[in-house]
Amino acid sequence: MDLNYTPEHKAFRAEVRSWLEANVPKERLPDFEMTREGFEAHRAWEAKMKEGDWGMVTWPKEYGGRGVDLIQWLIFEEEYYRIGAPGRVNQNGIFLLGPTVMEFGTPEQKARILPAMASGEQIWAQAWSEPQAGSDLAGVRATAELDGDEYVLNGHKIWSSRAALADWAFGLFRAPGTERHKGMSLILFPLNAPGVRVDPIRRIDGKPAFAEIILENVRAPVTNRLGDEGQGWHICMATAGFERGLMLRSPARYQVAAEKLAKLYQANKMTAPVSARDAVLQAWMDSEAYALSIYRTASRLIAGGSIGAEASTNKIFWSEMDIALHRAALSLLGAKAELMPSAPEAADVGDWLDGYLFSLAGPIYAGTNEIQSNIIAERMLGMPRA
Amino acid sequence: MDFNFSEEQIMMSDVLREFLTAECTMGELRKQIASDVPRDETRWAKLAEMGLFTVLLPEDAGGLGLAEQDFVLLAEAAGYANLPEALIEHAGVAAPLLAALAPNHELVAKAAAGEVTLIAGDPATSYLPNVDSADALLLWDGKSVHLVPSSAVEAVRQESVDPLRRLFKVTWTPMDTTRLSGDNSNAWAQAINRATLFHAAHCLGAAQRCIDMGVDYTKDRNQFGKPIGSYQAVKHLLARAQVKIEFAKPVVYAAAAYSEPGTFVDARVSHAKIAATEAAEAAARASIQVQGAMGYSWEVDVHFFLKRVLSLTYAWGGPEFHLSRIGKRVFELQLGPDATFGAA
Repeated sequence: MDLNYTPEHKAFRAEVRSWLEANVPKERLPDFEMTREGFEAHRAWEAKMKEGDWGMVTWPKEYGGRGVDLIQWLIFEEEYYRIGAPGRVNQNGIFLLGPTVMEFGTPEQKARILPAMASGEQIWAQAWSEPQAGSDLAGVRATAELDGDEYVLNGHKIWSSRAALADWAFGLFRAPGTERHKGMSLILFPLNAPGVRVDPIRRIDGKPAFAEIILENVRAPVTNRLGDEGQGWHICMATAGFERGLMLRSPARYQVAAEKLAKLYQANKMTAPVSARDAVLQAWMDSEAYALSIYRTASRLIAGGSIGAEASTNKIFWSEMDIALHRAALSLLGAKAELMPSAPEAADVGDWLDGYLFSLAGPIYAGTNEIQSNIIAERMLGMPRA
Repeated sequence: MDFNFSEEQIMMSDVLREFLTAECTMGELRKQIASDVPRDETRWAKLAEMGLFTVLLPEDAGGLGLAEQDFVLLAEAAGYANLPEALIEHAGVAAPLLAALAPNHELVAKAAAGEVTLIAGDPATSYLPNVDSADALLLWDGKSVHLVPSSAVEAVRQESVDPLRRLFKVTWTPMDTTRLSGDNSNAWAQAINRATLFHAAHCLGAAQRCIDMGVDYTKDRNQFGKPIGSYQAVKHLLARAQVKIEFAKPVVYAAAAYSEPGTFVDARVSHAKIAATEAAEAAARASIQVQGAMGYSWEVDVHFFLKRVLSLTYAWGGPEFHLSRIGKRVFELQLGPDATFGAA
């Protein structure tokens, strides 16, 4: 065990920092979940990052990455959040579908999908959940019927983040007549294909940030199937592992938030409730614990280990930390706690309310915390299945 | 940057785990409580034979000259077995403290061999454990460390929550002849951090044992025609406690990577203690809860682990002491993602 960065790590950090300092837009970009304008501004930022090969640093060079290890990815993320660079509009692509393509894709698929993903040319949405298949994902009913060398897709997908503005979706479908975990395939389709209708859904924060997708006889070539026919469930579980394991929520996000919270506390110390110090310190401790945990996992993976069911502990931990951290901030704001960012009086504190409302989604998306608890109990602790 | 323990470190703790599984069973610990002996001399002698007392001592004094990260998994293994003997207090704290201040003192080599037992503490602020099996005490008078024979202090047993961690009120008079030379304050700060860190690791081990006992019970116990472990309400109690353990571990291990006291390291160590004691208490309580009335009975073993965790929570500084050290780091040093491993 040696918790010191190597000279290479330090040089990498310096390189990331100087590129970001020179290139991160000085003005905050408009919200990518509200308008096409904001979405396209973020797409342009992804293209800018691709110019410096910063789109997804862990990917091999041939796919638009830099082939660096997970510790360097963490360093990249730290610098990215530290400077307050724009949110990643393609996060479902780069953090979920990307690693899945890397593992299950054909060489042709890798060459076709990954570089366009790294440059923001194709922005991805996930199309797994259905009105009757949420936590019980094996209940998916949408079908993919083979017709020559094309699939005909039919069904109803829902809760797809950013689908209203995205270009492509990766969906979970089943062969007609199959049941539960068998017969499913992961199939990619353009969201502007004939027969696709996307209707935005407003979240509790008012943003039209997720959507339902209705598919009626949508045609997709078999070359858009990822992995083998019927391997869909297996691939989805691997994707979910990436999602919970390391990349969906990088620790730097919370460390930056904890730092802001500590500053907020110091600025409001005289009027702060007595419980505030403990909540601030707890938020800092949790953000550090999460970071240390991810570094430990990264070290294990670099040494040849793998991520197992313990990934489910991550999702519970960061989602609850995020809520507690934002609640602590609101408790320091007094009357301003309820102001939206657009309120004249909100100044720069309205983001805490925005962040709090968003944090409430954390225990739900990417597999509810109750499902994660089941996974921990059954696969980590070996408790009997229901 | 490598967060992995070495094969040697893992092997050493595996050896201790195997030994304790065989020779530190809860059945034996119950007999030990009933007979009210200061310690199990056979077990203590075997811990010495295994060389565990030499880990943190300098090579000149017959030690291995290793560091905190080489001892932390041993403390965790001790916690998993609820080891009552003063492995942490003697080998993790007091003997290395004496070695730091008086490297050539004859007691250092004797401590390494297990011929004498040393216990350190500040009698003004805490009750000292295991004084009745100690030959000499390393006592803090607020400015300096003193080496005092146990026979020269008055020690009054205080009945306390953990029947396997015997506490004493120590009364003594600091004298020039007992005062040790050297950089006392730094050595004492290091002793505080080591005690805190190793007790945190002990609690990690205890926490996992509580979960494991709870899981075993829920597999065997049937209600409504099924093992109770198949019900989500039961599963989630244990799963949630396991989450706390998983996020205490990296903090404890990271804290073990440092030796020199200072605001940054002190906070990491204190964080380890807070996270590990909270995880362990949560695990013990979840374990008691899933075992129902049985879990609350003296006959089931979980309560011994809960009691050790309670006892260690208040040893070497309670939660407020540690929280204030964390506050110092948070409000005085650089924060942010580039400062996880120290100021950039």
